Amino acid sequence: MIGAETRQRIEDFLLDCAWTIDEDDLEAWPGFFAEDGRYRITTRDNEERGLPVGIMLCEGRGMLEDRVLALRTANIFEPHRYRHILGRPRLRESEDGLIRSDSSFIVMRTMQDGRMDLFAAGNYRDLLRVEDGQVMFQERAAVLESRRVDVLIVIPI
Amino acid sequence: MNAAANPADIMPTWPEGGVSRVPYRLFSDNGVYALEQERLFRGPVWNYLCLELEVAEPGDFRTAFIGETPVVVARDGNGELRGMVNRCAHKGALVCLAERGNRKHFSCIYHSWTYHLDGRLRGVAFRGGLKGKGGMPEDFDPARHRMQPIRVEVFCGLVFGTFESDMPPVEEWVGPTMAHFLKRNLGSRPLKVLGTHSQIIHNNWKLYAENVRDSYHATLLHTFYTTFKVNRLDMDGGILLSEGTPWHHISYAKRATLEEAAEYKDANVHSASYDSKLNGPALLKTEDEFDDGITHSVQSIFPTLAVHFTLNSLCVRNFVPRGLEETELVWTYLGYADDSEEMTAMRVLQANLTGAAGLVSLEDGCINEFVQRGTRGSGDAAAVLEMGGRGLESSESSRATEVSIRGFWSGYRGLMGYA
Ligand code: FES
Ligand SMILES: [Fe+2]
Repeated sequence: MIGAETRQRIEDFLLDCAWTIDEDDLEAWPGFFAEDGRYRITTRDNEERGLPVGIMLCEGRGMLEDRVLALRTANIFEPHRYRHILGRPRLRESEDGLIRSDSSFIVMRTMQDGRMDLFAAGNYRDLLRVEDGQVMFQERAAVLESRRVDVLIVIPI
Repeated sequence: MNAAANPADIMPTWPEGGVSRVPYRLFSDNGVYALEQERLFRGPVWNYLCLELEVAEPGDFRTAFIGETPVVVARDGNGELRGMVNRCAHKGALVCLAERGNRKHFSCIYHSWTYHLDGRLRGVAFRGGLKGKGGMPEDFDPARHRMQPIRVEVFCGLVFGTFESDMPPVEEWVGPTMAHFLKRNLGSRPLKVLGTHSQIIHNNWKLYAENVRDSYHATLLHTFYTTFKVNRLDMDGGILLSEGTPWHHISYAKRATLEEAAEYKDANVHSASYDSKLNGPALLKTEDEFDDGITHSVQSIFPTLAVHFTLNSLCVRNFVPRGLEETELVWTYLGYADDSEEMTAMRVLQANLTGAAGLVSLEDGCINEFVQRGTRGSGDAAAVLEMGGRGLESSESSRATEVSIRGFWSGYRGLMGYA
């Protein structure tokens, strides 16, 4: 049974994470994950076929930090920003005291010249750890509805 | 021949300098694009269609494209691999809508004409009419109507198709050097698919064909590469072009032989300035799989296939034209069926290097678009490809060369009717 207070905490947490990305505060993004947390971007097609290679995979907070560092200093791309729109999470108790959360998202992408598109839609399949009122991702999978990515993904979804 | 099909009326005049010059108009001219469909894709080339393992069992089918033309590959009841245009012989509707599946026979949803898995017409709905009225003429002969067949052939687990009846086998067509390397990567052990996704890039397909052969840019644009010493031009490596048909190529490097070349530091090359240790070093955990020392390779097979083997990450890339200025780049990551769990885990993590979010490839999602945009309104201007000379010689000691791109254009020019 997931209480109203826990649900409220989780909803705020999910919103904060999306906000962190949209406000380009990416250095704070790895902090939403457990030290050994996992982040994936994949497609519905890969998930349904049980295929392990998606579009991005970070195992442990170090790899999340590397992604942010690479984006800031190594990768080259046309500047753009995201705006996430989140649906309410569907919550269920999972193994090991974790909470499984599914929530729909859409991401609008705006390029430097003002071009704006629907960039991604999908489901966040999350495994959340809640300890002492603190929520964190044990695992976050951004499962994209489409297998097609427009141009590239460098900012995490 | 009608006027519209005369290349001289459509194709731009090639500037002086042969394959060391490329007229920009080739990337943005609708007439050129249409003529490529006929002369090049439906001409004397083998086009990559799918993996053999995707059509392993009788009844398995997979849809694919030859240029823009939709095709189907199917394994019939006798275990034979068949290829045909994915177009109903009645009024031209797509016959197979799904990307893959298994069927006893094909059925067009429009008016329910059905086909055998080899494309022969099997049945015509209401052929005899209803209640003795309507129906096909008495002399309608189903044997004279079928889905248009294409030739298909398997080499190293890859299924190729061609419209040309008079083609040598794939192995002969790619030449011994290309065939040897395809066998090394794909032909020695059974394959398995680890995952797939695609990327829409907003550029003409030939800009990606150039880009995948462009060993000059690899370590300059993709700065993650150099920093983490996955692949740099000062590593021992080179470029091999196919014997006699230099439009296929292999670019390879040997990681163990890295020596710091002064040029990287002296040129203040952007890629050398990012000097950071990985916080998650497990990403580049790797294991040597071959005894030739090659740890990084990209191989292109004309016109729209590339295979890369970066550390332990093996992937087939197929770039499919989706219009004059749009290309779908499909990444299919592979492992070997008998891989250990540890090896699979390495391949899965190293897939981070490439693909739509690839640490060393994501720039290619936009760079070709920048060329597409940069060459608009360029009139008769042309690209300059003189790095590594103006000729078509393999470059076994250096990858600071554009020879493989010149090789691509030599094949293109031949097919498109330039002398
Ligand atoms: S178009 Fe296929 S049955 Fe009519
Ligand atoms: Fe590249």
